[in-house]
Amino acid sequence: MSATVTSSPTLRHIAIAGNPNCGKSTIFNALTGLRQKVGNYSGVTVEHKVGRFYGSHGEPMSLLDLPGNYSLQARSPDEAVARDVLLGRRPEEPRPDTVVAVVDATNLERNLYLVAQLLDLGLPTVVALNMVDMAERNGIRIDVKMLQEELGVPVIPVVATKGAGLVELKQILSREKFPAPTKRPPMPPAIEREARLLADRLPAAPEIAFPEALLLLSLHDRALEDLAEHDPAAVEATLAAQERLRAEGVDPLCSLVEARYQWIDGVCRRTVQRAETGLSLSDRLDRVLTHRVWGGLVFVAAMALMFFGIFIIAHAPMHWIDHGAHWASQWVTQHLPESNLRSLIADGAIPGVGGVTVFLPQILMLYFFLGLLEDSGYMARAAFMMDRIMAGVGLHGKSFIPLLSSFGCAVPGIMAARTVENHKDRLATILIAPLMTCPARLPVYTLMIAVLLPAASALTKAAILLALYLAGIVAAFGLAWVFKKTVLRSEKSMLLLELPPYRMPSLRSIGVRMVERTGTFLKRAGTVILAISILLWALAAFPKPDPQAKLSQAEALSQSYAGRLGRWIEPAIRPLGYDWKIGVGLISSFAAREVFVGTMAIVYNVEGDAHGADATLRDIMRAERRPDGTPVFTPLVCVSLMVFYVLAMQCLSTVVVVRRETNSWRWPLLQVGLLTTLAWLGAFAVYQGGQLLGFH
Amino acid sequence: MIQPASSLPAAHCAPLLTLPLRQKACIAGLTLPTEQRTRLMEMGLTPGAEVQIIRFAPLGDPIEIEVRGYRLSLRKREAEGIQVGGL
Repeated sequence: MSATVTSSPTLRHIAIAGNPNCGKSTIFNALTGLRQKVGNYSGVTVEHKVGRFYGSHGEPMSLLDLPGNYSLQARSPDEAVARDVLLGRRPEEPRPDTVVAVVDATNLERNLYLVAQLLDLGLPTVVALNMVDMAERNGIRIDVKMLQEELGVPVIPVVATKGAGLVELKQILSREKFPAPTKRPPMPPAIEREARLLADRLPAAPEIAFPEALLLLSLHDRALEDLAEHDPAAVEATLAAQERLRAEGVDPLCSLVEARYQWIDGVCRRTVQRAETGLSLSDRLDRVLTHRVWGGLVFVAAMALMFFGIFIIAHAPMHWIDHGAHWASQWVTQHLPESNLRSLIADGAIPGVGGVTVFLPQILMLYFFLGLLEDSGYMARAAFMMDRIMAGVGLHGKSFIPLLSSFGCAVPGIMAARTVENHKDRLATILIAPLMTCPARLPVYTLMIAVLLPAASALTKAAILLALYLAGIVAAFGLAWVFKKTVLRSEKSMLLLELPPYRMPSLRSIGVRMVERTGTFLKRAGTVILAISILLWALAAFPKPDPQAKLSQAEALSQSYAGRLGRWIEPAIRPLGYDWKIGVGLISSFAAREVFVGTMAIVYNVEGDAHGADATLRDIMRAERRPDGTPVFTPLVCVSLMVFYVLAMQCLSTVVVVRRETNSWRWPLLQVGLLTTLAWLGAFAVYQGGQLLGFH
Repeated sequence: MIQPASSLPAAHCAPLLTLPLRQKACIAGLTLPTEQRTRLMEMGLTPGAEVQIIRFAPLGDPIEIEVRGYRLSLRKREAEGIQVGGL
């Protein structure tokens, strides 16, 4: 994906590094605009973002947006990628020849920690001192010239959201000969000595071996154990070096961190002036927004606003897309001669593609709201407030928003799980997201409630719906708990959540992200969904009925492969109380739950003729009898079906998006298998247990 | 695994969680497993750094602290391992 960008030998490779929340991506977006390519690093689900921009003399440069990290001592796949790129270890990226270290001026001390590590890499570096305007407003004055001298690299003050300082940044990056840092942060002599000794024993080139040795020296035992499989010699040498340091009374893990912060303390003393400003605006906002009572109310209101915003604003465009797809397939049916090809286009391809694009408005809106929440700083507060609840099942406060979004649609919800940094927490969130009741289940629920209790009041029906929503939530949290206790157990997952000051979000930056992420979704998901829709179409359309037989649509369906599959799985679903016709419904709704209702309508039209043309589907289903004369849709069968749809993952778009987000088929297949099994067990328990208790 | 990264005598230390809100103190040491200790130190919680509790989350956990001029949230379980001195 990045081949075209990286192939030219004269192209300068610049990497942007920085802490999360430092405005790194805003600078990246401002420099490259929409000239960016987003993919994945091979083997991991970390976003690989490269863009192109042009220097002061029009020379093209490749700009790589590294994942945000607090330290090169990697603890997550994202951080490992950033470290590996900077050490030239990733196959898809050459080692960058220049580093732009983005530093948040309002939070200089902690941001300089990563800068200290970057300077140890010895690569030519520019510091982009971002958000200088905010810093001034908070009474922080930074002497840029002095800072430049202290750090030994150029420092450019920038306000990325307003584009200030970007010209200067481009100018300095356009310089042909770029100087390496003139200084290095001091480190304890014993550490430096051991790092040099260790570097000599590493196979890497000398300029990489030293920073690599520094990172190795401060690895803890467990990380070294993991590494021992790949590189036993280096690990042995590291352990020996750590042993020598400990014998001298130097803690190999902490002393370098302490030395770096001592250096930072000195740098800041000489370059930063702080005026006491009293309570900041952010603090006053937080008095309300994280207040015990008001905080909760605002939170509920904000979530409701987002939830309904996604729904209401996306509703009309979704309707248009749906109608557009419908119109297109009708047009094809009318204008092409009857053939398999026509049926393929009109009944397979167009509904398939329509089924994907119909999510676009929701996805765009979700990214808009997520962008607002994230860039304003409220997302961190939401996680702060919800962490206690999520911790109960072993999750993190940040999992809350993806799960909430999944009530609207699991597709954007799963995509929102990207904000969960811990890999295992993110996987657990993705795995349980489809259990949140999405609107696609509503047609099925509505139909089954009507069949179960045709005369029930609206209130009773609403109560049943609420119970189904709650059942989904309980199942999701239970499953999360099981996952976090077993396969996704993470060692001492701890919460370390930065609460950045509230900021005015940049609409431009949010817009760029919306377009870029939606485009990626379309490209990846579209192709797979198209292929599987065609497969499902073929199952329902073949074998072709004999045109002489003049079969009705229902009879044709019952003789198709889908109909045969329905009969074939009948033994498996009989214990749930279902017959083969319901089986056809289950199979046809594998791609999308709401298809169940349409399939039932087709299936029951066969017998429906005898009941009069105006009989509704509900009445036909209620009147449906088994061969022995007992009703098919007994109360137990209705409840069993509802439970099945609470738990089953009948949504192709979700499967595909999980595949995309986890970068392998392993998790989506496991998820489908697991949720279908759960659905079967749940329906089985309802039907068989109910019969044992004397219900029918 | 657990060792205090501190040179101060234990008598002068108190757990961070015993501090009143917005009362500044200096970090004396971290009594946490190595991995978590280095991680917190990299986030700026080094011995000698000034720290204060800003607020508790509405449900009592986690807490928000200020250290090195920025705000960080961590759960009480980890915060219990932070010792402060210089009261």
